[in-house]
Amino acid sequence: MMKKIVAILLAMMMLLPAIALGENVVKIGVFEPASGDSGAGGKQEMLGMQYANKICPTVEIGGETYNVELVYADNGSSADKAPSAAQQLVSEGVSVVLGSYGSGVSIAASPIFAQAGIPAIGVTCTNPQVTAGNTHYFRICFLDPFQGTVLANYAFKELGATTAYCLAELGNDYDVGLVHYFKQAFEALGGMVISETFPSGTSDFTSYLTNASMMEAGVFFCPVSIAYSTQIINQAAAMNAGYAILGSDTLDSNKVVEAATGTNLNILVSTFYQEGGNPEFDAGFKAWMNEDAEALTNNGGNDMIAAVSVMGYDAYFVALEALKAAGTTDSKKVNEVLWNVTFDGVSGAIAFDAVNGDAVRDTAYIKSVDTANAAWNFVAVQSVE
Amino acid sequence: MLFNTILPYLLSGVSVGGQYALIAIGYTMVYGILRLINFAHGDVFMVAGILMVYISASGLPLYVSIPVVLIATAAIGFLIERVAYKPLRTAPRMSVMISAIGVSYALQNLVLYITGGLNQFYPTIPFISQSITIGGASTKMVTVVTPILTVVLMVALVLLINHTKIGMAMRAVSKDFETSSLMGIKINNVISATFVIGSFLAGVGSLLYFTNYTTVIQTSGAMPGLKAFVAAVFGGIGSIPGAVVGAFIIGICESIIKGLDIILFKLGLSKQMMGLATFSDAFTFALLIVILIVKPTGLFGEKTTDKV
Repeated sequence: MMKKIVAILLAMMMLLPAIALGENVVKIGVFEPASGDSGAGGKQEMLGMQYANKICPTVEIGGETYNVELVYADNGSSADKAPSAAQQLVSEGVSVVLGSYGSGVSIAASPIFAQAGIPAIGVTCTNPQVTAGNTHYFRICFLDPFQGTVLANYAFKELGATTAYCLAELGNDYDVGLVHYFKQAFEALGGMVISETFPSGTSDFTSYLTNASMMEAGVFFCPVSIAYSTQIINQAAAMNAGYAILGSDTLDSNKVVEAATGTNLNILVSTFYQEGGNPEFDAGFKAWMNEDAEALTNNGGNDMIAAVSVMGYDAYFVALEALKAAGTTDSKKVNEVLWNVTFDGVSGAIAFDAVNGDAVRDTAYIKSVDTANAAWNFVAVQSVE
Repeated sequence: MLFNTILPYLLSGVSVGGQYALIAIGYTMVYGILRLINFAHGDVFMVAGILMVYISASGLPLYVSIPVVLIATAAIGFLIERVAYKPLRTAPRMSVMISAIGVSYALQNLVLYITGGLNQFYPTIPFISQSITIGGASTKMVTVVTPILTVVLMVALVLLINHTKIGMAMRAVSKDFETSSLMGIKINNVISATFVIGSFLAGVGSLLYFTNYTTVIQTSGAMPGLKAFVAAVFGGIGSIPGAVVGAFIIGICESIIKGLDIILFKLGLSKQMMGLATFSDAFTFALLIVILIVKPTGLFGEKTTDKV
């Protein structure tokens, strides 16, 4: 009995400093993959938030100044680890959650946030199901029906492809969903689509690449995680693939550029932001990364700006706007006011629609890998009528 | 027409099979001697890949880094056996197996900690990374090198086991543990030698595998390890040629199933896609189940007669 009392007292004493120091701290949960197949992307998205936190470490809530603390939880890029990471954020008592990179993990974690009454702001999870039918999940990026259509239009009209080969990871909501919308749009345009899936953990893609060339596909559409896309690019280069490789926002990564450099592949991706869109932000962000060795490592070793970092940056400020509007750190109140929050971000103006809390966005950028100079080339701004 | 359609799939199948074979030999040798499924073997393979990434990043030339990686991998195999399996020599077999699973997780999490869970890019090894064209299908040189090297290593290993003193000791230990120790065979040395050879081959396998599939992550060893295990069981666990034949069969079948839709379509045997590619892994494991039911000892497995 005595032991138990002592243990409880000790445990309570550990809480004391938190109470003593925590009077003016507001916690924002960062629900991102730091490991696994999407780890590289998740880290880049977090970089945007960390930079934003450095630029603007405090927020005025209800007349008082609060320090903003970012609380991290690694969802491990997998839908089965996501709920426990979400639970971790709930127990930390965060007011609002940012994330995640990857739609599958967001869908898996959504019920946990709903139960706790904590609103979440999706940064680059583009699958419609993340926000559909709920009132707590918002998002600041475009959606897959839009992205799939943009890419299908581009492949059919600009690349002149009549046959498209699509490859998705089995059981990954993001890949499978995007391929579905691409297929719909591409077939509506009069093209033919062959779509296949591969099991998680696959590293041999040569058979799939061969399938595409056997079917004389004009384009190989693979909206897969960075880990798989670099494999696909490497193996396509060894096979002298004659088709263009088309990717979605996940392929907008300096790892993809690295893998493609020195090959003669034609790689195109759709994305949220084009470097140079806001020179002031670009310069500041690069300077910050170059000063901080860890940030540079997390960005993949160079200071190329990933679109997901920009989105992470904007998401942080959207969260601050919501906190300001709510006038309290109470997550339920934040959830209520989020519907009407607007913000003029680096990636464009952000406002939520009244149905699902999705961002109202109608443009995507298409860029291609400059395989000679290890850089991205801007190709076009696409929107769908 | 048929040949041209199937050739690219055969090529990738033979290459994948060769890589599975090099891992499968390690499984089968350890099982032959200790009656232990060394679950950490796939992870030793992955660690060899990670070592190569870090050693070559330190600026050593390839002719130094490759031997260093192979020696280090062999040393890791040796250490694992000494630390995790040797103290359990007299314990029930289940304890050793659990220990093996523990080692597997320890290695994966150690690598997760060091790499931060991000994909590491494998260095390019000149000659075997080149592109070549065979019968109209272009592929990497490693695709051709792998099966040849695998067969050469297998023959060398069989010769070693059949014609050297240590090989004779290995055969004796695998037949009867206690009697061979009574006959003056240093059991621990023989077991260490087995682990060193098995890990060395896993190291060679990792060079070939990661040259083909250029990223390494802590889970990279899991799938190849599992497939190689299936190959070893398929060929008859304990038999080295069996493991190699089993690995080639599994590699080729897997690759052809991934392309089966297209092959059938091209040959005019089917009119639409059936999504068969999805089943390539399911096939591998279904094969394991069928083999275990029909021929529990595998293709080349010896019949075990229980001694009373």
